[in-house]
Amino acid sequence: MELTLDHYLVLSAVLFCIGLYGALAKRNAIAILMCIELMLNAVNIALVAFSHYLTPSTLTGQIFALFIITVAAAEAAVGLAIVLAIYRARRTVSVDEISLMKW
Amino acid sequence: MSILPETVAFYIVAVVVVISALAVVLMRNIVYSAVALAMSFLGVAALYLLLSAEFIAAVQVILYVGAVLVLILFAIMLTHDSQSSRSNPANLQAPWAGVVAVALLGVILAVLARSTWSQAQSTIGAVDLTPLLGELLFNDYVLPFEIASVLLLVAMIGAIVLARQR
Repeated sequence: MELTLDHYLVLSAVLFCIGLYGALAKRNAIAILMCIELMLNAVNIALVAFSHYLTPSTLTGQIFALFIITVAAAEAAVGLAIVLAIYRARRTVSVDEISLMKW
Repeated sequence: MSILPETVAFYIVAVVVVISALAVVLMRNIVYSAVALAMSFLGVAALYLLLSAEFIAAVQVILYVGAVLVLILFAIMLTHDSQSSRSNPANLQAPWAGVVAVALLGVILAVLARSTWSQAQSTIGAVDLTPLLGELLFNDYVLPFEIASVLLLVAMIGAIVLARQR
């Protein structure tokens, strides 16, 4: 039984949906950021798998994954800084209570 | 039909990744969630190794497990209310979130079942792709590479400004 592209794509889809559920259903802002990282990881698996099985000589998927990892690191740094700033101002990280911009 | 060792490795890693991802989402205590997230990141790094993307695997371990996760743990430490053991509660829309996630999974799997891929004729065997990756990054993709470095600089300055004590 050989590994195929579909194995990786199914795993990637499952991981993405778990992350999506967490991002929608969590109250803690840090937990939401963690779930977004999970989703980005799922996308990276799909990209690297595409690169390995469909275009092994051009490596486009791996380059794309590298840039996603870079942007994810920047996003995590800024996101957590925002969470810390909110915590300092309002003593909470629950997104249900951070409703300043909700009408 | 014999079972290849890669297939066995894939299934073991896949089970670890999915279980730890579920733990991230379902754990009551957010510190446990962060530890499960580390497990999941390491599993994804193992998947990259299976896909012969050694450099991405190394970057995954260094950047995600080494940097992002430490950042997350620091943020948890600074905002954590140690009195409550339920630091990672679900909100009121959790059932609907579950419906949406399962529906999206169904759509993706349905599309996957219908698609056919034009598999590459020759997969590169045991070749080290890292030199090729570096060559591409500094020739064809040098502009995105530079933009990424500017982005990281901006993110660093932004994070410092946001988190600074006033």
